[in-house]
Amino acid sequence: MIRLENLTKQFNPAEPPAVDELSLEVKEGETCVLVGPSGCGKTTTMKMINRLIEPTNGKIYINGEDSSKIDLIKLRLGIGYVIQEIGLFPHMTIAENIATVPKELKWPKEKVWQRVDELLETVGLDPEQFKNRKPKDLSGGQRQRIGVARSMAADPPIMLMDEPFGALDPITRAHLQNEFLRIQQRIKKTIIFVTHDIDEAIKMGDKIAVMRKGKLVQYDTPEDMLSAPANEFVVNLVGGNYSIKRLHLIRVDEIIDRSPFTASSEDAVSDAKELLEKSKLGLVIVTDENKKVKGFVIPAYLKKDGETNADIMEEPDQTVGVGSTLNDALSVMLSNGQGYVIVVDEKERLEGVVTLNGIMGVLQDND
Amino acid sequence: MNLWENLVGGIAGLLDFMGRRSGQIAELTLEHFWLVLVAMIVAVLIGVTVGVLISYWDPIAYPVINVTQVIMTIPSIAMIAILIPFFGIGFNNGVAALSLYALLPIVRNTYTGIRAIEQAVLESAIGMGMKESGVLFKIKLPLALPVIMAGIRTSVVMGIGIGAIAAYIGAGGLGILIFNGINWVNYPMVWTGAIFISIMAIIADILLGWSEKKMSWRT
Repeated sequence: MIRLENLTKQFNPAEPPAVDELSLEVKEGETCVLVGPSGCGKTTTMKMINRLIEPTNGKIYINGEDSSKIDLIKLRLGIGYVIQEIGLFPHMTIAENIATVPKELKWPKEKVWQRVDELLETVGLDPEQFKNRKPKDLSGGQRQRIGVARSMAADPPIMLMDEPFGALDPITRAHLQNEFLRIQQRIKKTIIFVTHDIDEAIKMGDKIAVMRKGKLVQYDTPEDMLSAPANEFVVNLVGGNYSIKRLHLIRVDEIIDRSPFTASSEDAVSDAKELLEKSKLGLVIVTDENKKVKGFVIPAYLKKDGETNADIMEEPDQTVGVGSTLNDALSVMLSNGQGYVIVVDEKERLEGVVTLNGIMGVLQDND
Repeated sequence: MNLWENLVGGIAGLLDFMGRRSGQIAELTLEHFWLVLVAMIVAVLIGVTVGVLISYWDPIAYPVINVTQVIMTIPSIAMIAILIPFFGIGFNNGVAALSLYALLPIVRNTYTGIRAIEQAVLESAIGMGMKESGVLFKIKLPLALPVIMAGIRTSVVMGIGIGAIAAYIGAGGLGILIFNGINWVNYPMVWTGAIFISIMAIIADILLGWSEKKMSWRT
């Protein structure tokens, strides 16, 4: 639990304070997103929590304890910290980077390296392939995963994340956001997440704190903020089109069709044809014995020569993961040019399909 | 024609000199090497420490670097004379003079090497709870090392050259051949001193350049 009480930071007496009498409370296991335009004090607020910046006034309580009374190093070792530029140590290997905090805490060596492997797997990177590489050999998305892994290394109860996905391209960003949400569901950290992107705030936050000129404008759940914005500023920040924004809040799990027509790749084309006639979507998904998605068949492919599904199927361009939002699903549909998208779990196994009609249904429910 | 004969005669004289005095040359080379080595150890210890200290406090950084720059502009003969009241004559004076000359590249490169580290790297190290000593020894110095090494290399090569002057106040080394050669108008002797100093400088440059590359985290 983190509680900010009348938190104020004034860098320059001639200017208004960067953070002004800010009070808010973040419950254990919750993600609180600080959002607002640049210069609104969100990053300053966050840096006061791990005391990279000392407040001019006011208090921060961590699990009821006044943070200014906690030993600085002890405080920081208990708080995971990820920033947009990541700040990986370029002279160290990936494993050494991740091991930073456990080493500071003097964990036994074996435990450290075991933890490194575990974390690499958590963030979806093969330990054997990556642990001995240097940061410069990684892509932006991979580096960002390492940054997140490093911050979680000693399992800190609190994490501070300053635009952690800000420097990534939209597709990688959505992917990492979803992965992080999945991880967070399991690890239940108390998170302060800073962003200027309201869509990201709606997607990632259990609570959103909208800030402006150092002051808290509104502190609410994403749903409440969308349905009852506190003032004109929040309305403008959220932008129009409430229904579309809601797509960030709903996960594909809620409208997924879990029993699409499936076939195996050895099945005869004639069977697929029968299935396609019954299917409203005009889609048969081809899977292997482990339910792994191999491809799909639509009526147009029946014209191709071939005896089994393997001969005529195509591989899907893009699928979405189970934790994705409807917004993610919709963007994939648009880029694939199809009215549906196949949903898979983290091992590429079929979970179901989400259709454009399904999404429309959600939008209509809300109007 | 005359010039050609002089040249051939000169080289023959030089080789003859080197052959006859090889024992002394080896001894003086070793002495020279020892003088430069001790001076460099002192200069690295002081230079890196000063470079680190001024990296914590910007307002004094440039004044300090400027002082080391002024030291470098003092003519070496004058420097040795200036140091006599403090270190007398002999080996210690030579070490002190060479160390002072070596300071600028080492101090400046340590400072710029540390200041060039990406802010995000330092912020994440501090934010994650590394102690300042950890940040210095595990992050700052390793990352600045290639730049510091480049400074040391400059200093060493320079020090080997200036080391010749130290013979003037009895610090020994290959400078003895040069000074005595001038006094006795023995040109093979002067040449021998100059050539061995150059060879030593070239070897040091190559070895340090190689280790600079070896120590670089960029590869």
